[in-house]
Amino acid sequence: MKLARVGRVLVKELHQLRRDRRMYPILFVAPVLQLLALGYAATTDVKNVTTLVVDLDRSAESRRLLDRFRASGYFDFVGFEGSIAGVERWLASGQAQVAVVIAEGYGRELGAGRSAAVQILADGSDANSAGIGLGYAARVVAAESAEMAARGRGPIRAVAREGGIVLLPRVWYNPELLSRWYMVPAVLAMVLTLVTTTLSSMAIVREKELGTLEQLIVTPLGAFELVAGKLLPFAFIGITQVLIVMPIATHVFGVPLRGSAFLLVALSALYLLTTLGLGLLMSTLARTQQQAMMGSAFLVMLPMIYLSGTIFPIESMPSAFRFISRFIPLTYYSLILRSIFLKGAGFLDLWPEAAALLGFGAGIASLAALRFRKTLD
Amino acid sequence: MALESLSRIVTVAGKESRHIRRDPLSLAMLLGVPGMMVVLYGFALNFDVKNIALAISDRDQSEASRSIAASFTHSGYFVLKRFSAASLDLEALMKRREATAILVVPEGFGETVAAGRRAELQLLLDGSNSNTATTALNYASALVGDANERLLARRAERAPPIQLRPRVWYNPELESSHFLVPGLMGFILMITSVVATALSVVREKERGTMEQIRLAPLRMGELIAGKTLPYLFLSLVASAIILVVARAVFGVSVRGSYTELFAATTLYLTGALGWGLFVSTLATTQQQAFQIAMLSSMLPAVLLSGFVFPIRSMPVLMQYVSYAVPARYYLVVSRGIILKGSSITLYPRELLLLLAYTVVVLTLATVGLRRKAS
Repeated sequence: MKLARVGRVLVKELHQLRRDRRMYPILFVAPVLQLLALGYAATTDVKNVTTLVVDLDRSAESRRLLDRFRASGYFDFVGFEGSIAGVERWLASGQAQVAVVIAEGYGRELGAGRSAAVQILADGSDANSAGIGLGYAARVVAAESAEMAARGRGPIRAVAREGGIVLLPRVWYNPELLSRWYMVPAVLAMVLTLVTTTLSSMAIVREKELGTLEQLIVTPLGAFELVAGKLLPFAFIGITQVLIVMPIATHVFGVPLRGSAFLLVALSALYLLTTLGLGLLMSTLARTQQQAMMGSAFLVMLPMIYLSGTIFPIESMPSAFRFISRFIPLTYYSLILRSIFLKGAGFLDLWPEAAALLGFGAGIASLAALRFRKTLD
Repeated sequence: MALESLSRIVTVAGKESRHIRRDPLSLAMLLGVPGMMVVLYGFALNFDVKNIALAISDRDQSEASRSIAASFTHSGYFVLKRFSAASLDLEALMKRREATAILVVPEGFGETVAAGRRAELQLLLDGSNSNTATTALNYASALVGDANERLLARRAERAPPIQLRPRVWYNPELESSHFLVPGLMGFILMITSVVATALSVVREKERGTMEQIRLAPLRMGELIAGKTLPYLFLSLVASAIILVVARAVFGVSVRGSYTELFAATTLYLTGALGWGLFVSTLATTQQQAFQIAMLSSMLPAVLLSGFVFPIRSMPVLMQYVSYAVPARYYLVVSRGIILKGSSITLYPRELLLLLAYTVVVLTLATVGLRRKAS
């Protein structure tokens, strides 16, 4: 391999990239947009649950309970109905996610020292919000119940006001449980995967489709020189993206970078071996650009992103999927990113993951190089 | 006149269909990928957090401490990874990710509970996955709440004053896969149809065959209709495949009317295909077209449609942006028809906005194409 030849291919590729002006915003603005969108919009916190109120009791007690619902900040009252028959329409049309139904006699029962029931109807078609909404409702009702008991209303008159078990939770690494801190490192992983894989998946097939591959074949370039020259600019773009995203993550979103920035960049470079290799592999397998792009997006990148625990936790997947996730390089890269950002992990904590990245990267890249040599022959 | 126009549309559609047929790999991807993605995401996008790795350090070893530990391990949410009667190296457990949650029962816990005093339990959580940590915390609070109720009941032999009776409609088990299917339909169809049409026009440009089309006696509307119809047909077949897969794998069946569902889907797809055409007028190479198509279809359909992330929890600005995302409206309608068995007439606002989106996008595409052609 001659470095000078690699350099010449590199220059050709850089020329091509520079001429493609419209790709600039896609390469450098899109990651930032993605980061902003995911950082701000991708919150799984459920707030402002749209709530329909059906208060059939209209007593001081029922109003107290409703006030507590409103004051919790989780529920947003969007309507009132005078009968239970009206609930169906609200839930079916999606105008309300839950309905709080207080039956007639609620206040009287409580006043008489008996138990009273409150009904919550939830729209399960959005199971996530419904589950969380029910959890909030349970807390609100429990709080009201406790206060009633403490004031000597209802059946258990202040039984064991201070007794019982108290749970003292303490959350490490992300004490306020901000989903942003979880999502932002994920965006970095996603952006890097998406952009570098797509770019390299086009590398060879574009020349094939435009008929310029023949010209490259007749030059005295070796397969490896050609690949290195073609992929280095993309690696450069990838690293630049990491360098753009990192300060936004820390300064705009306030995600702490507790570990070493240098380690983060170095391991990102290691991960690039995988993405560029996968893209190149696609490029040698595909006949047209369309096949290369759709193949790398639908068959490689999307499954990789969704099965790697980058966005959705691996623990909740069925065991077969949990097993598959171990063979996805992105699994290790996401883990590395989160550990460096949030836990301040160093190389000593992360060497097994780094070794996995190196193994996968080397394997994929050599497979791609072999396939590519065959394409040339 | 109308007949001639129709025959010209059919000619363009026929030409486009031959393109599609000649590339069986892409065709297979357009039809096969949606079904595959439903299976993949139906399993992967699971919010039912289970199997949380738990370590217990029970320094008390009393009946009360064993009972609380058992309630955690038998709950089905936690998997016991480590148990110790002494103290554990908490920091190391967390750093090496051996445990996501660590329950610490201090010495004297059982005595304090028996004496009716305030007994403390400590729970340490790994917050680096905020989602799992929140859920784990909720589970733990519920388990401790149950334990308290049992204690109270034993002492007072009475129930707490206010009882909550929750009832969930449409999806009583709160299964993720059920609520995800309609969202996935919107998301997957959006991506495949936008990408397909975005490439179809640019390809002609890149290969230099656009000139020939320009010279053909075709009106712009006819060209657009001819280019989109084959993909509309393909996408409708793909949505049928999604429904079949969803039913076979996840047992999600359509409770409402199929006709209404396909009518709404056709409207949604027409908008998506129009967006693809518009994208292809912006791009000069297939690579650009593909990148723009992916970014502009995938991100909004995942992030701003309410599919995974509740719109009402977002910052206000993002909520406004989400009004321009058609998947948002389609999601309401498809969830309604598939899961609730509602009639399409319940959603006049959503359908009108979808229609408006489609008209705007097709107009943009026409203007864009005309500019390119002249």
